[in-house]
Amino acid sequence: MALEMMMSGPDYMRDPRKHQFSPYANNGGTSVAIAGDDFVMIASDTRLSRGFNIFSREQDKVFPLTPKTMMASSGCWADVLTLNKVLQARLTMYSHEHHDMMSTTAVAQLLSTMLYWRRFFPYYVSNILAGIDEEGKGVVYHYDPVGHMEKLTFSATGESVSQIQPLLDNQIGGLNMLGVKPPTMTKDLARQLIHDAFVSAAERDINTGDGIIIHTITKDGKTEETVKLRRD
Amino acid sequence: MSSIGTGYDLSASQFSPDGRVFQVEYAQKAVENSGTAIGLRCKDGVVFAVEKIISSKLYEHGANKRIFTVDTHAGMACAGLLADARAIVDVARIEASNYRAEYGMPIPCKLLAERVSTYLHAYTLYSAVRPYGCSVMIGAFDHDGPQLYLIDPSGMCNGYFGCAVGKAKQNAKTEIEKLKLKDLTCRELVKEAAKIIYLVHDEVKDRHFEMELSWVCEESGGLHQLVPETVYKEAERYAKAALEEDSSDEDEEM
Amino acid sequence: MNTGKSHTMYPSTSGTSVVGLVYDGGVMLAADSLGSYGSLARFRDVKRLFKVTDKAALACSGDIADYQFIREVIEQKVRDDVCGGYTRELNAGALHCWLTRVLYNRRSRFDPLWLECVVAGYKDDEPFLGYVDKIGTAFEAKEVATGFGLHFAVPMIREAREKKQNLSCDEARKLLTECLKVLYYRDCRAHFKYQLADITPEGVTIHDDLNLKKETNWEVANYISGYE
Repeated sequence: MALEMMMSGPDYMRDPRKHQFSPYANNGGTSVAIAGDDFVMIASDTRLSRGFNIFSREQDKVFPLTPKTMMASSGCWADVLTLNKVLQARLTMYSHEHHDMMSTTAVAQLLSTMLYWRRFFPYYVSNILAGIDEEGKGVVYHYDPVGHMEKLTFSATGESVSQIQPLLDNQIGGLNMLGVKPPTMTKDLARQLIHDAFVSAAERDINTGDGIIIHTITKDGKTEETVKLRRD
Repeated sequence: MSSIGTGYDLSASQFSPDGRVFQVEYAQKAVENSGTAIGLRCKDGVVFAVEKIISSKLYEHGANKRIFTVDTHAGMACAGLLADARAIVDVARIEASNYRAEYGMPIPCKLLAERVSTYLHAYTLYSAVRPYGCSVMIGAFDHDGPQLYLIDPSGMCNGYFGCAVGKAKQNAKTEIEKLKLKDLTCRELVKEAAKIIYLVHDEVKDRHFEMELSWVCEESGGLHQLVPETVYKEAERYAKAALEEDSSDEDEEM
Repeated sequence: MNTGKSHTMYPSTSGTSVVGLVYDGGVMLAADSLGSYGSLARFRDVKRLFKVTDKAALACSGDIADYQFIREVIEQKVRDDVCGGYTRELNAGALHCWLTRVLYNRRSRFDPLWLECVVAGYKDDEPFLGYVDKIGTAFEAKEVATGFGLHFAVPMIREAREKKQNLSCDEARKLLTECLKVLYYRDCRAHFKYQLADITPEGVTIHDDLNLKKETNWEVANYISGYE
């Protein structure tokens, strides 16, 4: 039944007088994460939208999970909220049972499992998980909506992924260039790249804009910074 | 007691040869051991007053309440086992909520009392259960004005102008009979109810007690609630003053 | 063929926009009173805004039956809280969160409550204005609207705020009426009769039976030409 509804085509193809129920909505949002040797940065834009409507200009999409991990989610906002709520509950239960917080590696695996449990009625959410691992190094995990997981050092996801990912591949991965060595990642460079990536994405994508919140996690804790983006 | 050793008092589902159900009578005994509770109905509302005996000084003030709100317009005062009473309150609340969901208006007091009494009665029929060890008074303000019902562990349900249960129910009833209930207002009745509770309280047997007062009337906007602080204080003062006057009269007689 | 149980997949009698905004010292919420049955203006005096507690009010657009259902559930919930006497008064934040879960769970069972809800009130001592829709999309904002209000009212309120950050109670009321007026002019499913709720730290005031008719002017309709 779900599939039938999802496949009903774009709304302008339907009889304008008729309503059709879809359990999903696309609420936009873009996220980027970059890991360094002793830090990780995770950022998302602050626009929450549906179609041509802007619901909110100040919606943070990066959620704190443990003192060492954060998750950025975008896609169907109803699913984002639910996934986050359930995940928070699982982390609380873990910490009650073990008197300790879950490691970033374990959170990463848990998230994948939770997504796959809804394989046939998926959470329509693009996730990036960023954290400090057991060795104190920054790590980034990238997910697809049904739980495929990949460990990376940098990643983009969400509405503007196709604008941002090639930029990161080129600038951090040193891809598509001859004789260029990938740079050593520093906080300054990561911040600059995130800023530039979002500014260019906001130029081209109507569902990305308004602002960015950049979260930095190090062994000493978390900090956040807000940057303005174009609001049109 | 005639019942002991005869074997007819072990189950609520068996009569004794002279036609009594001892388990139910034992349940009524549990009610008689409780602190006194009275319910008064007058022209503009219903008042409940309870003598809550404090078994330990370590309890918080206001703990173990014996007056409950069932629905916005209906209240319940209990005597007997408090845990049993709470279970009955839950049932009454569900009945009230179901009635509202079905008919979109507050449940008439008579119906609520009947449903609760049917429930209590069911617990006097089977060997697998024990009857509820408490009596409840249900008071409400509905389409027919103020109403007051008393239900005992046997499932008996009667409407009253004034009723009393618990330790000093006889004394309390005598006092209630002196009141002209049909002429009084709730405002005045709260003071009289407080006076009765203070009067029937046995200082020797039960040292500490807290008085609970609630009403449902025009002044409370048709809502059942504990009386406001000022009204409570006023009633308490009136009761204590009346008691003092009483004891000084006795002194003179001596 | 679909042999399973089938649920509500479209609204029946429905209400149009709800508009809400936060101002200096409170929150305001308004909704008109038309219940449309398709393109038929079926019921002209439908209330779809109500006081939940002294700290929360709720207004919905979408299916009126679903609104009346959720309203009864909430009212019983509040009565249970009052009777119990232990829990704190249900505030707007708590109600918003609860609605999110109820609506999301219903959409996950493919039996949605066809609603777009706006919750207004207070959460602790802060003014609160939040939105939840039939699939569980939820957010908080300083200005919230549903349906056509999203297209017309939200930009109007945002524009007003760009001129003046903090709106007074009078300015908010004026702005909200202006929004409803624009909606009445342009939304075929809108109506001139409306309800308005004003929530301040002192409590909820609901103004029933308000009327836009005297403030609207349809003379402009004479200038519309070229469609004959």
